[in-house]
Amino acid sequence: MEHLQVLIVLVPLLSAPLCALLPSGRWPWLLATLASWATLAMALVLLGRVESLGPLSYELGNWAAPWGIEYRLDYANAMVQLLLGVVAAVVMPFAYRSARQELDNDRQPGFYAALMLLLAGLLGITATGDAFNVFVFLEVSSLSTYTLIALGRDRRALTSSFRYLIMGTVGATFFLIGVGLLYSLTGTLNMADLAERLPAVASHRTVHTAVAFLVVGICLKLALFPLHLWLPNAYAYAPSAVSAMVAATSTKVMVYVLIRFLYTILGVDFSFGRLPLAQILMVLSVIGMLTASAVAISQPNAKRLLAYSSVAQVGYMVLGVSLVSALGLTAALLHMFNHALMKGALFMALGCVSFRLGGTDVAQMKGLGRSMPWTMAAFVAGGLSLIGVPLTVGFISKWYLVLAALEQGWWPLVVAILLSSLLAVIYVWRVVEVAYFQPSESRDIHREAPLALLLPTWILVLANVYFGIDTRLTVGVAEQAAAALLGAGR
Amino acid sequence: MPNHVILRVVAKVLIPVIVLFALYVQFHGELGPGGGFQAGVILASAFILHLLIFGQRETRKIVSLRLLRILGACGVLIYAGVGIASLLLGGKFLDYNVLAHDPVHGQHLGITLIEIGVALTVSSTMVALIYIFVERLRAAEE
Repeated sequence: MEHLQVLIVLVPLLSAPLCALLPSGRWPWLLATLASWATLAMALVLLGRVESLGPLSYELGNWAAPWGIEYRLDYANAMVQLLLGVVAAVVMPFAYRSARQELDNDRQPGFYAALMLLLAGLLGITATGDAFNVFVFLEVSSLSTYTLIALGRDRRALTSSFRYLIMGTVGATFFLIGVGLLYSLTGTLNMADLAERLPAVASHRTVHTAVAFLVVGICLKLALFPLHLWLPNAYAYAPSAVSAMVAATSTKVMVYVLIRFLYTILGVDFSFGRLPLAQILMVLSVIGMLTASAVAISQPNAKRLLAYSSVAQVGYMVLGVSLVSALGLTAALLHMFNHALMKGALFMALGCVSFRLGGTDVAQMKGLGRSMPWTMAAFVAGGLSLIGVPLTVGFISKWYLVLAALEQGWWPLVVAILLSSLLAVIYVWRVVEVAYFQPSESRDIHREAPLALLLPTWILVLANVYFGIDTRLTVGVAEQAAAALLGAGR
Repeated sequence: MPNHVILRVVAKVLIPVIVLFALYVQFHGELGPGGGFQAGVILASAFILHLLIFGQRETRKIVSLRLLRILGACGVLIYAGVGIASLLLGGKFLDYNVLAHDPVHGQHLGITLIEIGVALTVSSTMVALIYIFVERLRAAEE
């Protein structure tokens, strides 16, 4: 059982080369699907173990902790691993029909291999307790994302993938420079060890430089407001299954890395007491929430619209991080999980649309409410969750975020959150209005998407509703994680 | 380049030496500077030199792109397989101590196998990249 901590990374990592070796057809997909289901099962068991045993530690190669690489699992990363497991387990079944339509046949094994590498990289980032190991897995996941995005049907996928490659490499390099500077001062890469040694050298200017590099690098990867320019095109032109997978997972994992570095490694006193990081992050996230939502309204392509909305949603998460309170962190972690559920569902619904229409331009979607009722119903449900209507997960996380803002008397923040939600109403309504209230102009009537696509989409939609009503699991874990993160920083 | 006799003769002399040096770097890696990555790059450079002098068609007769893909995936599998083997033998992931009867031999065996996996993946990926680039160039010329 103790090996589960490493097996959860190893299973997708090992199935990647196996997928590449299998002949194209059904087999690579089957292997990838089984591997992602196994990941979900392992994530659930690991969360249970963290609940009963407390933080888990695993030493790779039996090398003792500060020298060897240590995998460390507490509530915060167990929750992110569960999120990754859920999204992968739902997106993989969806990928089969969608990828068979959108990709050449001989590219299928490589496609699933890259998806598995992406999953392994993201799981690795969350599993490890070693700062340099985070960089390694960050590169594993980023490189596979670049190839996956470049596989999109539209030729613009190539330029958007290239742009992401440049920006992502800058981000990863900044991160590496930051970790290197910390190493040069403390002589250690283990996160727990770093946290112990850093206070002694906290006044050193090198630490300040390191933090600057780290924060900018991480914020580039998580697409915080002024550093988000790579994201809309990358999400818009990627294959449908890739958009769903990447939009639901990668930025969330980077928010986790931000939390881990600011709270666990640098500590609350240093990163928010000595440095004005809370103020900087708060201002940027509020601007991001409002401007990205406003820009989303005028997007002609529904996938791009959702991509801009993702930038706004990242703003909510970083806002929660910047409040530096148990409630704020709870809200950030909750929104990570909940946003993955809603964006996954929305991008998969658009995947169904693109399966029948061949594109996701809003203008193309006239009359879809009648011809593809289940698909559009899934989109509406996901959209309601995005807006934050009660009985959906979106409401839960916004509720906690508002509570966290009120706790510190930040009234203007509440106004900003509500305003951004109102903007979300407008951009979701734009799609709904076209799909339901404008009659179809073309003669050919589109059929409903096949069950193989609808079923995974609806599983996520129902998860949106379920976790919006029964919040014991999500809120409970997020509260525990927030308490542990704040406790570790003191 | 059928006319460049000197190049062809020199390449024929150099390629075995490059391969030999790659093997030296590979198996000396656990004792001195070197290892799987460096050895893989050197080994790949032998194939790339062959491709530059004799043309892609000749090189593809020796190793096809398909074979390179399989070898590249196998390298990763060897690496991860060593880790799985140590798990199955009762150790932690990548704990080489349990691979042989005494820990020192186990460490030797483990690192040697892993470096072979690394060299396989690195060299086959480098050669595959060259193949793909050359193909692109030719497609652009035609």
